Amino acid sequence: MREKLVVALALAAAVLLAFNLYNIFVMLPDEASQGYIYRIIFFHVPAAWVGMLGFFVAMTLSVLYLAGGDLKYDSLAASIVEVAVVFSTVNLVTGSIWARVIWGIWWTWDYRLTSQLVCVLIFSGYLMLRRAIDEPTQRARLSAALTVFGCVNVVIVWKSIEWFRNNHPGPVLSFRTGGKSGMDPAMLHALLWNFLALMIVAAALTLIRTRQESTAREIDSLRRAAHV
Amino acid sequence: MDARNFTFMFYGFLAAWLIILAYVVSLARRSARLSKELEDVKQLVGSGQKT
Repeated sequence: MREKLVVALALAAAVLLAFNLYNIFVMLPDEASQGYIYRIIFFHVPAAWVGMLGFFVAMTLSVLYLAGGDLKYDSLAASIVEVAVVFSTVNLVTGSIWARVIWGIWWTWDYRLTSQLVCVLIFSGYLMLRRAIDEPTQRARLSAALTVFGCVNVVIVWKSIEWFRNNHPGPVLSFRTGGKSGMDPAMLHALLWNFLALMIVAAALTLIRTRQESTAREIDSLRRAAHV
Repeated sequence: MDARNFTFMFYGFLAAWLIILAYVVSLARRSARLSKELEDVKQLVGSGQKT
């Protein structure tokens, strides 16, 4: 059942991404001041949204684990964090390439860039922490605490372009403006469609990763049973 | 169209997909390793040996 769902999600993502790439490269015009390079935004911004959303969902699951002690929440949170780290890395790398053309530099210690780098480092640390602890309950408790701590930084990443003076461009969509955007509607629609495509990719990867977590738990329980 | 602008956009898309592809490959390798490990542990438990 889970395999069929992964295949269905992968197919849906492939079709949607093909449509989106056609739209991005063929249908949409160049941006007036940036030219061709602005198209990076169609992966850079949705990758950031997928990453942030993943971290917040993982935080919710971690709180549920701390409240109830069910290890399924811990496994799901770990799977989601891993996928969110991948998408946040995509966001950092594509942003750096865009900055090289528009700002003339690969990197600057701007609030948004720095907080996003710290976010990736915190959650990479989370993944390393999980590998370092064998005892499942202790691993889950410490991981959940780190997720909650890490999500404080995710809020800083999210709001940094509103709170501080930055080189980074302002928000594409903001709750403050009631979801209104300065982008051309056609470009905004392309951005939202690609967000949906990347969400589907992330969901498929998370399903595969949760399957691995349950296999690892099964191996662990068999080993423990054999040692009793 | 500015050629340099296009080249960097290509690098951006390439980097994005390479990162995701590398993760998919690592997932596939991990799945294969876990499946083998599960089979090995089941065999050992089935034959009454301690792991």
